[in-house]
Amino acid sequence: MSEKISFTIDGVALEASPGQTILEAADAAGIYIPRLCKMKGLMPFGSCRLCTVLVNGRPQSACTQPAGQNMTVENNTEKLNDYRRSVIEMLFVEGNHYCPFCEKSGNCELQAMAYRFGITAPRYPYMFPDRDVDATHPDVMIDRNRCILCGRCVLTSKAVDGKNVFQFTGRGAHKKISVNSAAGLGGTNLKVIDKAAEVCPVGSIIKKRVGYAVPVGQRKFDARPIGSEIEEEKVK
Amino acid sequence: MSDNLEKIVSEICTRYGNDASRMMDVVRDAHARFGFVSSACADAIAAALKTPRVEVESLVSFYAFFAAHPRAKVVIRLCNDIVDVMHDGHKVWETFEQELGIKTGETTKDGAFSLEYTPCIGMCDQAPAALINDVVVTRLTADRAREIVRELKSGSDPAGLVKEFGDGNNAHELVRAMVVNNIRERGAVVFDAEDMQPGTGLKNALAMSPAEVIRAVKTARLRGRGGAGFPAGMKWEFTRESAGSFRTVICNADEGEPGTFKDRVILTERPDLLFEGMTIAGYAIGAEQGILYLRGEYAYLQPFLENVLNERRASGLLGQNSAGKAGFNFDIRIQMGAGAYVCGEETALISSCEGLRGDPKTRPPFPAQRGYRGQPTAVNNVETLCCVTRILEKGPGWFSQIGNGKSAGTKLLSISGDCKKPGVYEIPFGITLQQLLVKAGGADAIAVQVGGPSGSMVGPKDFGRQICFEDLATGGSIMIFGPGRNLLQVVQKFMEFFVEESCGYCTPCRVGNRLIKERLDRIIAGKGEKTDLAYLEQLVEMVKAASRCGLGQTSPNPVLSTLKNFRQCYEALLLKETGGMQPAFDLKEAVKDAENIAARASVHC
Amino acid sequence: MAKPKLATASLAGCFGCHMSILDIDERILQLVELVDFDKSPVDDIKEFTGRCRIGLIEGGCCNEENVHVLKKFRENCDILVSVGECATMGGIPALRNTIPLKECLDEAFLNGPTVHNPSGRIPDDPEIPLLLNKVYPCHEVVKIDYFLPGCPPPADAIWAAVAALLEDKPIALPYELIKYD
Repeated sequence: MSEKISFTIDGVALEASPGQTILEAADAAGIYIPRLCKMKGLMPFGSCRLCTVLVNGRPQSACTQPAGQNMTVENNTEKLNDYRRSVIEMLFVEGNHYCPFCEKSGNCELQAMAYRFGITAPRYPYMFPDRDVDATHPDVMIDRNRCILCGRCVLTSKAVDGKNVFQFTGRGAHKKISVNSAAGLGGTNLKVIDKAAEVCPVGSIIKKRVGYAVPVGQRKFDARPIGSEIEEEKVK
Repeated sequence: MSDNLEKIVSEICTRYGNDASRMMDVVRDAHARFGFVSSACADAIAAALKTPRVEVESLVSFYAFFAAHPRAKVVIRLCNDIVDVMHDGHKVWETFEQELGIKTGETTKDGAFSLEYTPCIGMCDQAPAALINDVVVTRLTADRAREIVRELKSGSDPAGLVKEFGDGNNAHELVRAMVVNNIRERGAVVFDAEDMQPGTGLKNALAMSPAEVIRAVKTARLRGRGGAGFPAGMKWEFTRESAGSFRTVICNADEGEPGTFKDRVILTERPDLLFEGMTIAGYAIGAEQGILYLRGEYAYLQPFLENVLNERRASGLLGQNSAGKAGFNFDIRIQMGAGAYVCGEETALISSCEGLRGDPKTRPPFPAQRGYRGQPTAVNNVETLCCVTRILEKGPGWFSQIGNGKSAGTKLLSISGDCKKPGVYEIPFGITLQQLLVKAGGADAIAVQVGGPSGSMVGPKDFGRQICFEDLATGGSIMIFGPGRNLLQVVQKFMEFFVEESCGYCTPCRVGNRLIKERLDRIIAGKGEKTDLAYLEQLVEMVKAASRCGLGQTSPNPVLSTLKNFRQCYEALLLKETGGMQPAFDLKEAVKDAENIAARASVHC
Repeated sequence: MAKPKLATASLAGCFGCHMSILDIDERILQLVELVDFDKSPVDDIKEFTGRCRIGLIEGGCCNEENVHVLKKFRENCDILVSVGECATMGGIPALRNTIPLKECLDEAFLNGPTVHNPSGRIPDDPEIPLLLNKVYPCHEVVKIDYFLPGCPPPADAIWAAVAALLEDKPIALPYELIKYD
């Protein structure tokens, strides 16, 4: 079982252990495949589709597709990057993302991804959906305007915190993040120290009273594009 | 009251062993009892099944037939697919609205009636149709709609609306539906009853080893009838070879692709052929459990099908040592769906069988490796399983010589739209569209939608193409559009359907289909321009490539195929010159509210 | 040869983007060497005096007059640039986009907790432009050629953009200058 799998990404040869996904193997090799819903330590969810690559010519999400012997993977191509811009722009127009006053700005992975791709405005029309805010919890709040339905909080609450605070309800355009209490987040057993309270890639699930703590210029993505930490592995 | 609710819910949950994976059934029964699943009811279900309440909410909110808020005693669901539109559905809907004094989507003040739209209910050959609670009413007219409302208002039970029963088993005492079969052409495999010997297929199969059964299905070159055409024998082999503590056969009877209704006719007229096929599949892959996933719209067939299963149990064909085969203990249960097209996608269907929202699962692993409850599972189409029985009855050679040499067997086609003889046609593979149009009495067609909305729209220059896996592969939906039909209106309807039915799991399908629909609407409204076609092409390509499951990967097909085959329909509507303005912006419309509030007119309009 | 003309406008914005234009500091001397300001709050020219090379738009469209001005800009400028978040996506004013207009006005002029309005009337002087049903990003009203994101966009981004356009080059901002906040 310990035999290594050999495959290529954009012509670069790399190795994976059996069962490892394309994305994990790429990370280890210092090749960045953009992603939003995938987070280290969590089961892949496969919802955002940003990590779509071509495997032997067929589109697959790199976060869920195991690496296979002699696979030819295309990642950093004009076409795939255009699909990725589309995904980012779709997420921006689908919600209400007011970056200028969002606590997460500068540390937001969606925003950072847009920066990385040099997006100055989405090509799609804004939808301005009517969504609500849940501030019933003393320490944590949900702003559904910013939710990108990635599923991180759902998975983390179950798998890491051993709770069931979050789950999706509704279907299609009506799909939204819900909580395990009719009384709102404040009625659940979520604690501010729970991992689920800090995995949100955007400003949808945020801790109260800690916003804007880091000055502009020193925030996570102010100077370095998202993914740099992985790409720097390659240099080492 | 609340004690009472808890008691009833507890009884319902006990019926299903307090097993959270049977939540579909629990919610369905609770819904039938209370009319909706209230917050208190969700709590009670969660407590009984020992599952978080948000999981109950999640499931209830996913399926169109479940509601979390009070619904009327009588829910009238008007089928609004394109074929119903073509058959003057609007007049019927307007009449219902007038007679009830509400708009579709509303409930009457007294809580007696709700009006809703629903996508295709599998009655396109007898459109316009509607579901009144579980009762199917077909061939509606404005007059009939008026009578229906009058009868219902006078207190009659919806079942009483059916005055005359349809042909065949539609008149069976457990069905009693006005639905008709419309079997227009009987083929050698499914509907030709002359030489059919019930039970022979199963007997022959059980006399062979499971590997031999699989080999027979492979030799017959049987491919899946649901549309994708995966070789059935290979699927079974994968399932059989996968490690697991148990295996399951699931029959996909969630026939939701608009324009298809052939499975409904099989379920009505050939249930034994199907159950025999499921039993053979169970034997071949080493399963003890079979599940028939029946779409909620076909609930009227459930008692009848349960009865068929009971008869099979009584005659020893199911249960311990099924059909006399020592050690082969196979049984089948029916899992009802609840109004979600995406559940026709096999992994979403499995989620639904597990008591979850109908989200498709991550692949790999494939169902053959890890499907129902994480164990190896074979999911087959109704028609495919019927073919299995016949292959085992008459031999793989007999089956494989039917067809055009490459695609083996017959195909059931559901034909509707602008033709004289809509209905089900069982035809050997290889027939051309032209031949089919002649048979159905629709030779003057200007376009044919092959494979439903997720298939493609074909124009006259391609009517010489063949129905087969190598050319025009289809699950069987054939919609015919005659002279004068507005094809972009058809496309619009299809996109509306996909927007409504997207599960919302992945970005491209959830958002992309809405964006495609928005731009299409814009073009149809005469506010499109040349760049909008390139815009649409980019979206269509991206949504197809990046979506997570088959729904999103095929949902842009109506736009894709019409941009290719009927581009002139789009071009004719485009504005030539926009002078740097955005034609979709309408100042008049945008200031209308303010004009009303200020009681003066805009100086800029 | 006459210098190319530059026009600017602030629609439903806060003038913060114009402040950022001024924030180019001493480079403003270079700028006046390169261009003549036409219609703009900077020089208070109210009507276009001729064809402009570049139009910079701050703010989205919240009322009928914004639409009128924006259309005039499109007619009179070769290149139109949306400057800042409000022009690009509506910004703070667009927070009202999920609320019906009547409700917004009632809250602002009649029912709000801090309202003192003995007349009980919503301001309706004919001089006041009618509000639109929602706030529109500029590119949903007219064609926009470039977007400078930011709230406001950094002065360096504005300078880089104008300089590029004057040299007939497309605007290509480096990572550090694309910021949405």
